[in-house]
Amino acid sequence: MQGNEACAEGALMAGARFFAGYPITPSSEIAELMAEKLPLAGGSFIQMEDEIASMAAVIGASLAGVKALTATSGPGFSLKQENLGYAAATEIPCVVVNVMRGGPSTGLPTSPAQADVMQARWGTHGDHPVIVLSPYSVQECFELAVKSFNFAEEFRVPVILLMDEVIGHLRERVELPDAVEVVDRKKPVVPPDKYYPYENDASMVPAMANFGDGYRHHVTGLIHDITGLPSGKPAVTEKLLGRLNHKLDRYLDRITLYEEVAVEDAELVVFAYGCTARSALEAVNAARGSGLKVGLFRPKTIWPFPVEQLEKLSGKTFLVPEMNCGQLVGEVERVVGRRQVHRLNRFDGELITPDEILLKIQEVMSGVQ
Amino acid sequence: MLEEIKSIKKAPVEEYYVPGHRTCAGCGPALQYRLVAKAAGPNTIFLGPTGCMYVANTSYGCGPWAVPWIHAQITNGGAVASGIEAAYKAMIRKHKTDAEFPNIIVMAGDGGSADIGIQALSAAFYRGHNILFVAYDNESYANTGIQTSPTTPYGAWTTFSPAGPVIPEGKKLMPKDLPKIMAHGHPELKYLATASLSYPLDLMNKVRKGLNANGPAFLYIHAPCPKGWSFPADKTVEIGKLAVETGMFQLYELDGGEYKLTYKPRELKPVSEYIKYQGRFSHLQPEHIEKLQQFANQRLKEVGIEAVAAPAE
Repeated sequence: MQGNEACAEGALMAGARFFAGYPITPSSEIAELMAEKLPLAGGSFIQMEDEIASMAAVIGASLAGVKALTATSGPGFSLKQENLGYAAATEIPCVVVNVMRGGPSTGLPTSPAQADVMQARWGTHGDHPVIVLSPYSVQECFELAVKSFNFAEEFRVPVILLMDEVIGHLRERVELPDAVEVVDRKKPVVPPDKYYPYENDASMVPAMANFGDGYRHHVTGLIHDITGLPSGKPAVTEKLLGRLNHKLDRYLDRITLYEEVAVEDAELVVFAYGCTARSALEAVNAARGSGLKVGLFRPKTIWPFPVEQLEKLSGKTFLVPEMNCGQLVGEVERVVGRRQVHRLNRFDGELITPDEILLKIQEVMSGVQ
Repeated sequence: MLEEIKSIKKAPVEEYYVPGHRTCAGCGPALQYRLVAKAAGPNTIFLGPTGCMYVANTSYGCGPWAVPWIHAQITNGGAVASGIEAAYKAMIRKHKTDAEFPNIIVMAGDGGSADIGIQALSAAFYRGHNILFVAYDNESYANTGIQTSPTTPYGAWTTFSPAGPVIPEGKKLMPKDLPKIMAHGHPELKYLATASLSYPLDLMNKVRKGLNANGPAFLYIHAPCPKGWSFPADKTVEIGKLAVETGMFQLYELDGGEYKLTYKPRELKPVSEYIKYQGRFSHLQPEHIEKLQQFANQRLKEVGIEAVAAPAE
């Protein structure tokens, strides 16, 4: 099965019943599979007139109470930013799959890159929360697609499943479970006359009524108070933005997904995600085979950034291979210190090979010792 | 002024869409491009919003244009053309250039014109820029692997409208009528026509009329796609003819506010004659074909051709 197909299967199993999209390489297979499977599952597939509209339709569908997603790649992801900000501000659960290709602009439509990792975090304007997951295998495309929906539903945030062309088009053996853990958004338990759409309890996440459930439910992109109606008051603004931007804090343990390989006694830790982590894993194993004390830290959740997890490894030397001019490496440097971090960047549309990483490991380690 | 081409033999021999592209064998969009470029001549700037005629024309370090060309994003062919036109006008007005005002031609697919590109197209025509906007319609997003577009006919299979047990006809919706959208909401429009690559003389003269119109002109060209429609590559011209002869596509122009049919089939054939050569329709049941026939009849009626529905065999 292909990564794009596994992503679609995960979305379906997580309960997604609405897809709005627009053709774009290298993500079109997700939409194609959804066009085939959603009608059979009683869901809806709509092809929209552009990327902006696709994101808007997903927001509408989610407000109507249906789990919804769209899939795209770089140029389309740029167009979706406005509505991604809207979803973050209005706390509408939704999933956006971005199968990264080379950029900027039309870039390299059929080649992989990891150059949207900062855009995924900060592509839309204003302070806002977002969760970004990065799978490194076809199996993980499935698993993280399920997680994406569960996180979106539980925390009422847009979740971006940040794949890349290699993972999207890679074919691997996948084991699909019969059932997965599925989380549904919290519904109001109060009668309609007691409901405030943006009133939160200790969970920091307000209960969400469906449009049409009989609840008065106002939604606006403007700064709003608990009624959902616009307000320009400083106190309301501070309260809303404070809650939005900190509502994930108490759940970081659960949201931050990662894998560590042989980091305990490692002198050098390779920090790698997505397709690059495949090469990194092989390089780390080869380095261990030759007696070098090397480990791998592989974030599956890249935003929120795994600050605490990396802090535990501070003191070690880091190598960050990325298929961009250096993006997430800046975050690693921020946490463990710039002097501790080495870069390996490739942005020519080709994968970073295990040999390249191994060579760099050897080079760095000879300097370390 | 570009003169009328009196016969196909008197068409210019010079080509401005030349070898050096990687389109499929029998590509309809490439054929019509060649005719448009031939009719427009050397003082032309082409704009290519993302689509087949951008991507397949620029592979492997080659390009088939003997005139200047710019890629525009799929959203904004009309906007980039507006900028070029306004800048040229300003430069001429301020005597910053001795150049003759060029033919500014947008070559957009159905996505870049009827779907994601319609906002920029409509705005350019609203503002009255002196451009020719060609929408070459191959009735799908072919560049990304044949997905539905708003001009994909009812009943066509695409990867986004697969025929299956729940939706047996594939695409359920009737297509947008882009020339009518353009004709009836843009007061600055100077010329509008539909054309088909299977009627090359008619097509080339419509290009010239559009370029002579001294204002926004819109040309909607039917361009069969062997890959997306699934027919043999040597049948492109025949399929184009059958579309017109069965009433699935109509040839007309709107010049000076007057509609005129530019070709009327002598004897209308049933749409089943058109669809039987195309794999994208092979799953259709008789009731779906009847619906398609009704669609053709309605469009014919709108342009003043009374359909005498011959029974499908």
